[in-house]
Amino acid sequence: MSDTDHFVEFERVQKSYDGEVLVVKDLNLAMPKGEFLTMLGPSGSGKTTCLMMLAGFETATHGDIRIGGRSINHIPPHKRGIGMVFQNYALFPHMTVAENLAFPLEVRKLDKSERETKVQRALDMVQMGDFGSRRPAQLSGGQQQRVALARALVFQPELVLMDEPLGALDKQLREHMQFEITRLAHELGITTVYVTHDQTEALTMSDRVAVFDDGRIQQLDAPDVLYEEPKNSFVAGFIGENNTLVGEVVEIKSDQLCVIRLDDGEVFDAKPVNVHKVGDKTRVSIRPERVEFNKDRMTPDAHTLHAEVLEFIYMGDIFRTRLRVAGNDEFIVKTRNAPDQPRLKPGQQIEIGWMPEDCRALDA
Amino acid sequence: MSDANLTDGPITTADGTSLKKSLRLALRRQKIRALLLIAPLFLFILLTFIAPIFDMLVRSVENQSVPETIPRTIDALEAWEAGAGAPPDEQVFEAFYTDFALAVGYKTHTKLGARLNYESSGLSSLFRSTGRKVGKFDTDAYADAFVEADPAFEDPAAWATWMAGAATRQALPLTADTYDAWATMLMDTKGKLAAETEIPDFVTTALYRDLANGSRPADMPDVNVSGWEPVSLAGQFAGANKGWADPQVWAIIKTYGSSYTPGYFLNAADLQLTPEGISQRPENQRIYVRLFIRTIVLSVVITGTCILLGYPVAYLLANLPLRSANVLMILVLLPFWTSLLVRTSAWKVLLQNQGVINDVLVWIGIVADDNRLELINNATGTIIAMTHILLPFMILPLFSVMKTISPSYVRAAKSMGANDWTAFWRIYFPNSVPGIGAGSILVFILSIGYYITPELVGGTKGVFISNRIAYHISSSLNWGLAAALGTLLLVLVMALYWVYDRIVGIDNVKLGG
Repeated sequence: MSDTDHFVEFERVQKSYDGEVLVVKDLNLAMPKGEFLTMLGPSGSGKTTCLMMLAGFETATHGDIRIGGRSINHIPPHKRGIGMVFQNYALFPHMTVAENLAFPLEVRKLDKSERETKVQRALDMVQMGDFGSRRPAQLSGGQQQRVALARALVFQPELVLMDEPLGALDKQLREHMQFEITRLAHELGITTVYVTHDQTEALTMSDRVAVFDDGRIQQLDAPDVLYEEPKNSFVAGFIGENNTLVGEVVEIKSDQLCVIRLDDGEVFDAKPVNVHKVGDKTRVSIRPERVEFNKDRMTPDAHTLHAEVLEFIYMGDIFRTRLRVAGNDEFIVKTRNAPDQPRLKPGQQIEIGWMPEDCRALDA
Repeated sequence: MSDANLTDGPITTADGTSLKKSLRLALRRQKIRALLLIAPLFLFILLTFIAPIFDMLVRSVENQSVPETIPRTIDALEAWEAGAGAPPDEQVFEAFYTDFALAVGYKTHTKLGARLNYESSGLSSLFRSTGRKVGKFDTDAYADAFVEADPAFEDPAAWATWMAGAATRQALPLTADTYDAWATMLMDTKGKLAAETEIPDFVTTALYRDLANGSRPADMPDVNVSGWEPVSLAGQFAGANKGWADPQVWAIIKTYGSSYTPGYFLNAADLQLTPEGISQRPENQRIYVRLFIRTIVLSVVITGTCILLGYPVAYLLANLPLRSANVLMILVLLPFWTSLLVRTSAWKVLLQNQGVINDVLVWIGIVADDNRLELINNATGTIIAMTHILLPFMILPLFSVMKTISPSYVRAAKSMGANDWTAFWRIYFPNSVPGIGAGSILVFILSIGYYITPELVGGTKGVFISNRIAYHISSSLNWGLAAALGTLLLVLVMALYWVYDRIVGIDNVKLGG
């Protein structure tokens, strides 16, 4: 990817509010045009600060932020031409929906007829064509969300920022809007930076997800890579459900296979990701749906661990079984509700195993 | 329709009583509790606020003292035409003689003089001086003549017997009425019995008038009075004070003879009631309209300066981090913790001709020493001091409204391409208008009735209508006029409130939240 392909770039960006603590530590990020990128992370991880720096409401303490190759460090927010959707929509309460949408066009000095056409087109785009004369307070949360989206898009910005825009909606509406937003973003070819702390949202909507923690991007990858191949234990723990076992590397056979010994002496195979030499402490991560306890489905030579069933929860489409493995009471196994699937009973003693490549030895 | 049976009759509860009735019963306890909770405050307000306001409203039109003190005169004046330019005829003076003599007995003639003095100055002294002379009128000639005709006329006990007889009372209505009024007055003021007190001249005068009119007493010595020389009461009064010959005086008494009068209100609007109708007061007596206008204009100016000075402070308060905002808030509230009188006096020290501000300006060289600024005892002083005192009432509602304006509104506006000014003017300002509305209505209504500060720093050119009201309450004692002015002020404020509601809309006023 050549430098000119990078539409939005963060280069060695740092941010501190008080001169003592860095909220954003050495952020490097490059986005091609048209990408839908999500910044995901717990609160206080610096993701919103990054968004605000991009929008121009915060200035970077150090480093360079570029849009289309041009440094925007010294461009005030109103000249950046970035559309933005806020967490609480920030619809102007004293204006009607149409006036809200016309505002960005008005400050751009478009004439009235052109404004009206664009406003109507934007409202139609979010299926709100008949609501132009309403006040924001007369709309439901979902409708306000659509209007906020239309307002951010009405002046046809190339870059749109969204700051947890679906946080206030109920689950069903949220899922619907997730689909709407991605559809619009792709149809219009807009580059989108989306901030959320909801990992499902991040995984379902994005082209790439940047997982933030402690002021750094911990991993920046496509959703499937992020889920299946987390690079460190934070990402593994933050994205999706995850079982963790703590142990030590006893042998590295290749870059695909190593042997881990747990604290209680049990031994099994894993894929070395963040371990480099024998003796390294490691946290091993296995997704609950990749754990197998049916001997017939395991490779014959696979290492197995002893487990005791603590709880069996029937969840409809899946079964969720809680086990005690190597002293860990929170070891979860998820199995599909299939006719031949056995239902484990609490107290039952079983052997569990997995494919070595599903078991990732990460940093301790 | 399928739901027609629902409208057949009232919905009932399981045991058959009407649902509405059960609901009322269930809510009654709550209602009683709520009433009991507000009762103390309600009673307090009723006694200390609503009742005085009602009393004020009554006082502003009440005029009982005139018809109560001189009822016979007012009746007799009915027939008199003020426009004719001549004093009333003898009959009026005869009635007035009785009324006035009784009033002197009750010592209410000076009060009546004071009351009528509000309408035309000089009447107070007229009533007072006449009061000293009314006992020495030449009407004692009648008494002497009656005694000469029959010595029994000198005996109070004989009079008491005569006046108890129904036939005599019927035959001599005027005498009976006057005697009764005198007897009541004696009992009320001195606790004496008429039967043991010397008969005063005005009673014998009444008897003379009855007899002269041709009445014949039933069981009292009949005296032929037709040959007697009548004493002209008009002449007696004119002799006591020339003022009684002036038709103007009688015109005022006639005009203000009713129990209720619009006179105070007219006076408060620089008008007066004359026999010809309502007219403007003479140029040199018109002060209230000017004062009302000044009060409104100055209050508007004070409200305006409060907005100008308070808005930026409130904005800062709402947008600073909590710790600095708290310090600033304390500074804003500091004036509340000092006495109003102290603050106003401080302004006196600062603003006066040889005061701190002038001294500093002279020292810097902006103002010449012999041309110091007039900052006090005029409208400027009132505006400066009152703006300072009322500023917190503007800042606090503004602040609490601004606190609710999400910073994301301005951010959103900027992200859409609005520069700082446009974002402020088109987005922030319209959302802060309810705060301006609430602050303005508070400051304006407070300042329109303000008293202490204009009194202390306003001089003559910076005083408000309230100062005039206070003057009439405590100095001139013209409570009726004070009440009328107060009522006008109340009506004015309510009218302005209504206009404000029409223009801004009272729903647009927020004190926060």
